[in-house]
Formats: sequence, structure tokens, C-alpha cells
Amino acid sequence: MVRRLLGLSALLGFALAVASFVRRGAGRRRERVDLYYDDGSMVSLPDGSPESERLLALGRDALRAARA
Amino acid sequence: MACVSVSLAMDAAQALADLTEISSQIESAALFGEDGEVGASTFADEERAQAFVRAARELLDAATGLRSAASPNQVEVATAEGSIFVVRDDGRLIAATTTPEPTVGLVFYDLKSCLRAAAAGEEPASKPKRQPRKKDEDADGS
Repeated sequence: MVRRLLGLSALLGFALAVASFVRRGAGRRRERVDLYYDDGSMVSLPDGSPESERLLALGRDALRAARA
Repeated sequence: MACVSVSLAMDAAQALADLTEISSQIESAALFGEDGEVGASTFADEERAQAFVRAARELLDAATGLRSAASPNQVEVATAEGSIFVVRDDGRLIAATTTPEPTVGLVFYDLKSCLRAAAAGEEPASKPKRQPRKKDEDADGS
């Protein structure tokens, strides 16, 4: 009985960890900064880079200003 | 002169009205110049439009500093709450907010079309009208 409960709780913990990982990954993908230039090139700023974080913060400011 | 500026504002406003009508993803938008002067916007009050344009300009300026050789003509910042787009074309700019995860290509296309429509409305007014040649004078001269 105890072994069964332990197995069940381990399975539940694993499922929660996977769900959390997937949610964090999906959230990360939703946040991005893309820059397009006259010559046709496109730069996607890397996740977590200082430039990306700065532009994301400015983007959030603009969204707040629009929705205030 | 006042009639001309009212007409220009109406052209820009009409272009924005068409934009929000065709694109259900766009929540709000503003047309402005390089100097940050708001040409037209979907905002009810001027202050909000100014604040939004200021924030959009700041975003574009920050993006401009990232590549020393060139400045971007299109910027998209996507967040979980929604996206913000800034497009620059021939000294005119448009900034817009959208719902989360918009169809990026379509939004850029609609914004550029709106910029062109607003610019097309401005062109006849900004260009000096060509005087028709007088046939009588030509006839006299020959």
C-alpha cells in the first residue's frame, strides 16, 4: 500500500514537473523581439539577452500606455 | 491652409479606420511623424495617443541602437499580453497593438498598406499644382 502511494505521488510529481516545463517553454516562445531591416534581413533577439529584455520592457510600456 | 490640414488629418483618420475595420487583430494604432507628432490615432483622447506614440518611439530608438550600420524599418515585440508593432516608411511611422499571437505577416502588410494610404492622401496636397500651359501664349510665341 505504502509502495503504491509512493509510486503514485512520484508519478504525480513527474507530471507536474513536465507541465511546468511545457508552460514555461510556451510562455518563453510567446515573448520575442524581431527586427526587420530595409535590406530584407531579420534579426530575432535571443531570449534572455539584455537587448531583448530591454525591448520587451519598452514594448510592455507601450502596451500599458495603449490600454491604460 | 486650415482646410488642407483638416483634410490631411481626415485622410490619416480614414486610413486608420479602414485598418481597424479590416484587421480584427489590431486593437489600437497611431500614425505619426519622425518628430513624434501624432497624425491620427484610434485613441479617444489625445493624451493617451501621445503617451503611446512616445513609448513606441522609445522602442524604435532602442532598436535602432542595436545595429550600428542600419536602423530597422519594422519592429515586433511579442508578449504574452499582446504584441506591439512599429513600421517606418519614408519618414512616416505607424505603431499598433494587437491581441496575443497575431498573424505577424498579415499585421505588417495591413500596417504598411495603411501607411501608404495615408501617404497617398497627403501627396496631392504637398505637391505644388502644375500650372496648365496657356495655349494662347504658345500660339502667340510661334
